[in-house]
This record gives sequence, structure tokens and C-alpha cells, in this order.
Amino acid sequence: MPPIRDIAVVAFAQTDHRRTSDELSEVEMLIPVLHDVLDRTGLKTSDIGFTCSGSTDYLAGRAFSFTMALDGVGAWPPISESHVEMDGAWALYEAWTKLLTGDADTALVYAYGKSSPGSVRDVLSRQLDPYYVAPLWPDSVALAALQAQALIDAGDTDEPALAGVAARSRSSAATNSHAQVRGSRAQGEYLVRPLRTGDCPPIGDGAAAVILAAGERARELCERPAWIRGIDHRIEAHSLGVRDLTDSPSTRLAAERAGAFERPVDTAELHAPFTSQEVVLRKALRLDDGVDVNPSGGALAANPVMAAGLIRIGEAAARIHRGESDRALAHATSGPCLQQNLVAVLEGDAR
Amino acid sequence: MPEVLKAPLVVEFPFTRSLGPVQSAFLTGLRERVVLGVRTSDGRTLVPPVEYDPVTAEEIHDLVEVAPTGTVTTWAWNHEPRRGQPLGTPFAWVLVRLDGADTALLHALDAPGPDAVRTGMRVRIRWAKERSGGITDIACFEPYEGTAEQLTGHDGRFEDMVTGIVAPARLDYVYSPGRAQSGYINALSGRRNVGERCPSCRKVYVPPRGACPTCGVATAEQVEVGPRGTVTTYCIVNIKARNLDIEVPYVYAHIALDGADLALHGRIGGIPYDEVRMGLRVEPVWTDGGGYPDHYRPTGEPDADYETYKELV
Repeated sequence: MPPIRDIAVVAFAQTDHRRTSDELSEVEMLIPVLHDVLDRTGLKTSDIGFTCSGSTDYLAGRAFSFTMALDGVGAWPPISESHVEMDGAWALYEAWTKLLTGDADTALVYAYGKSSPGSVRDVLSRQLDPYYVAPLWPDSVALAALQAQALIDAGDTDEPALAGVAARSRSSAATNSHAQVRGSRAQGEYLVRPLRTGDCPPIGDGAAAVILAAGERARELCERPAWIRGIDHRIEAHSLGVRDLTDSPSTRLAAERAGAFERPVDTAELHAPFTSQEVVLRKALRLDDGVDVNPSGGALAANPVMAAGLIRIGEAAARIHRGESDRALAHATSGPCLQQNLVAVLEGDAR
Repeated sequence: MPEVLKAPLVVEFPFTRSLGPVQSAFLTGLRERVVLGVRTSDGRTLVPPVEYDPVTAEEIHDLVEVAPTGTVTTWAWNHEPRRGQPLGTPFAWVLVRLDGADTALLHALDAPGPDAVRTGMRVRIRWAKERSGGITDIACFEPYEGTAEQLTGHDGRFEDMVTGIVAPARLDYVYSPGRAQSGYINALSGRRNVGERCPSCRKVYVPPRGACPTCGVATAEQVEVGPRGTVTTYCIVNIKARNLDIEVPYVYAHIALDGADLALHGRIGGIPYDEVRMGLRVEPVWTDGGGYPDHYRPTGEPDADYETYKELV
């Protein structure tokens, strides 16, 4: 069933992602991005119909940390607002459904994460099954390494191929001024074998924001809106030992429901923080060499946790805004070994 | 820009979790050196067991014993163990399919080096010496070339079931309050209160957070406020908080410092609790090395007119 209303990404902004930003609080880091994205449409905060954010208390080490960031959106007098304790891509999904109901015509979606105050490898271990897995403290790199070895054993990739993914991503990021790691870089030592430093995302702080608009409002706000033709998200069983780590059926199903397989896409922004995960996603999404994958450099070039998925949608939309893409796929993930996956299909008007 | 403050922040909590019948049996079994799985209606055996079939979402509870021996389905060499992980020496993370199970369990494998590990290798559980009913009752796995170990014939019913676990969690951070709040805290160390003025609505926020929540714009202009202020509203606290050395009842109040457009809160002292009132004029009382006012006391000035602070209540 096609969406009830046409909804588009009409603006996108992001920080320059950096290893640390300890001179800034979360809201101080976020405000320039919020102003940037509003400036691109000429909207004021009071014009926005719905606001939704994605972030996590576990990065900040503080309860209800997102309420502090609300100061940046002009939350007084009261606004229509929501928050997901997930990547901002899921906040965008909530905003999209809100616009579909007709309750709002515009939405501001933002996401931020500062990994620098803590140890993100350990922080992410707290999202695991608390009975059987979390007490063992397997860190995020270790779990990704298990998936990488499974792929190597299955003959789906090898270490040189993974190094190739890393090199291509960072070379693409050379022209992305927001990226944290740009240009060629050594693959480095093993962090958790078979993954080397180069196979893993940089740890850093950053924020991103997107504006959605429905129907004619989108055309008023943007010369070439990136219409969301479909969007869907799916989840795998939470137990890693139940899953086939070399495949991502949830990504494939989300893509199917989003209409990704109806016509080829020219661009794919994949949220693959580890090189091995790009191998899984390319297979699940049936992407061939004709598709420009992660022209922004992807999460291997900048991975502000909780914003990196929203950035994939923003980067894909921005290419449509600039006329560099006509039909793009954006993917976001959350959880260990691609546990949860969201796929959006974006299109520009025919030229 | 003055130096931004930083301080260690440790978040630590012993999460107490109750177990359902399936998890309870599994963890009790580990305490007794018996490994249990759960059987799905289509005949698969899930280890570790769960209460709902991950494919059909059907409730499942038929416990079956599986062997303490199994096969590595994938692995990763961890040369630098981190805090809390099963072994302090380099080890392999492994997913192990125990003999009799159709799914794999995550744990650690004690092996001399990555060259001694491969997918498909045979391993065996090494039990922890002291077991209490937790996944860490499995100390780790170890290479095992022998024949499959015998089952104990256990039916999954135990006396003295483990019904809950305590899972301590600790995360270490280095907290930085950012530019605006660093400025506020630095000023407090000189016994001054500073806020920031919004460039748009001109209101002065204290403590400043670097943004005006009404206008959604960054604030930067520092403004000294106080030291005196007006009680805008208050409450009488009758319950003694743990680790707080203040006699009850005492008064906690919102205080609009002179020059500020937002009230902050603090304790009122130096006056009987039942004589505190809206409009009372107060000033901070600092203690040595306190870092912030210990409490506020009456200045002796006439009460402020309601009109002067009604916007701040």
C-alpha cells in the first residue's frame, strides 16, 4: 500500500564529527546543527509541527539526558515532542508516522551522541541479554568479530576484502568535510581478531538533524525534495546463537516492505560500523557494483553513536537534493551484529 | 575560554532480576553442573533456553538435558581482556553448539593462542569452582578431544531453585559539563553566581546551560546575578534523607536571585521553618570549601512585592 501522503526529507545538517568534544555539553554541540537545518528551509522552531529525537542515557551516564538537549529546540511554550532511546533513524520513523496521520505537516528529527566521556565498547555491552550475555561483558568489537569470522568461514569474505571495504570507505570520505577519519589509513593491529583497527568505526562525538515535510509543504521548502517512497524496520532474535550471523533477513524484509527491490537504486548509504557488516548488508540488499555504496564514507569514517543511522538517511537525501541521485536506499542499524535494521527508499522528482 | 571542567563519574548498580521458570531451571542446572535446553514444538533444542520460540513466538517450557561438550560455530581472538570478562588472560570468544542443541551459546574459550582455535573444534565446559546459579558458573570452555560426555539423565527439576540473579553493572565516565556550566561552577568557586542572557528574549538563565529553552538559541553573554534573592515558592520537608545531615523539618525553596529570570532552588536556614514565606528576601551562606551555597538565610529586608517576582513563580 502506498503511503497516504507524500513525505520528504527536505533538509539535513550534521556536525563535524570529532574524537572528543568535551568543551561542549550535548545541547551546546547540538544547537549549531539545529540552526543549520532550520536555516536550510527558512523555518523557525515555532513553525515545526512535531519534534522527535534519538539518543541514549548510557553514553551520557545520566538519566533522562535527552531532556537537557530539548533546550536547543525551544521547548517552551510546550511543543509536540517525542524521544526514542535509539538511533535517530528510528526517531525519523516515528516522525514519518506522525506526518502520515495528518497531525503535522513538518517534523524536526535530531540525534546526537557523545562517546568520548566513556568507553563505548563497554557501554554498548549493557544493551545485551542481561541474563546470559551481559554478565560476560562481551564488547561491541568482540561481537562484530564473531560475525566477521563466521563470514570468513562461510567464504563470503576474507581479511584483504575487508581491508578493501575500509580503504574504499575512507577514500570516499576524503571529500566529506564532516567525516572524522578521511583518506588512506593503515589497517592497523587486531583489536579482536579477525577485526583490525581499520575494520572498526572511529569513536567520536556528533549530532545530526533532518527536517521532514508533507506534500506541497515539502515543495515549498526544498527545490528537490527526497520523497520517502517506503520505510520499514525489522528485528532479529536477540540471542546471537539462534541467528545465522552471515545473513540479515531482517534487513532484507525491511527492504522488501520499503519497496527497495521494485527498481534498482543508484545510491546506498549503509550503516555498517564494521567492514564485515557491509558484506552482510550488500548481500541482503542485493546491491551490485553499479550502486554507489556509502559515497559519504559511511560509519567507518564517522560513527557518532545514535546519530550515524540518521546520517545515512540524511546523506542519501542530500544527494537527491543536489541532483546526484534519483533513487537512493538508506539503512540504519542498532544492536549487536546488525540486530535491528531500518531501510528507507528515497526518490527525487523525475528530471 | 577558561578551562572546561572534568571529573570522573562512576555509574554502578547491582541489577536484581527475577527469572521465569525456564531461565530459573537453566541457571539452577548450571549450579548443579547440568546443562538444560528447551524444546520447541518442531523439535529444535535451544541452548541457552528461552521462554518463547524465536520463530513462532509460541510459549515453550519443555526442558531437555544437553551435553557439556560441543562444537565451536564461530570465534574471535581477544588478546586484551577487558574488565568483567570471563578470563583475565587472552582468550577466544566463542559461540558453542553443545551436543544435543540446535543453537549456540556465547562464552569464552581458554586456549593458548589464536592458532589453537578454529571453527568446528571440539570443546568442553570448565565449571567454576564456586557456583551460585549464573552464566558465570561456566568458568569458560576448554579444548576437548575426547568422546561426548554422558548426560546425567536429569529431568530439570531441582530442589532449591535459583529464582533471581544479581547482575552488577559498572561504567566509568569522565564527565564534562561543557562550556556554560563550567563557567557557572568556576564562578561558584569564587562565591559568585553567574547566569547567561538570551540574545533573543534577553532573559537571564541561572544556572546557565548554554541555550535558551524558549527561543532555542545559544546563550553566551555571562551576567552576574544575586547574591541576594527572593523566595518565590517553597515546601517544608518532613522526611530525613539518608546521608543528609539536616534536621527536619526544613524548608526547600525556589529562589529568584536578583537579576535572574529563572528561580534556582536551595535550602532556607536561619529562620524557623514555619516563618518562611513567599517574597522573603534571602542571601547565600557559604561554608569553607563547599563549592556552592550551603543554604540561604533572611537578609532582614522588607519582603519583596508579589508583582516583582510573580513571573518567576
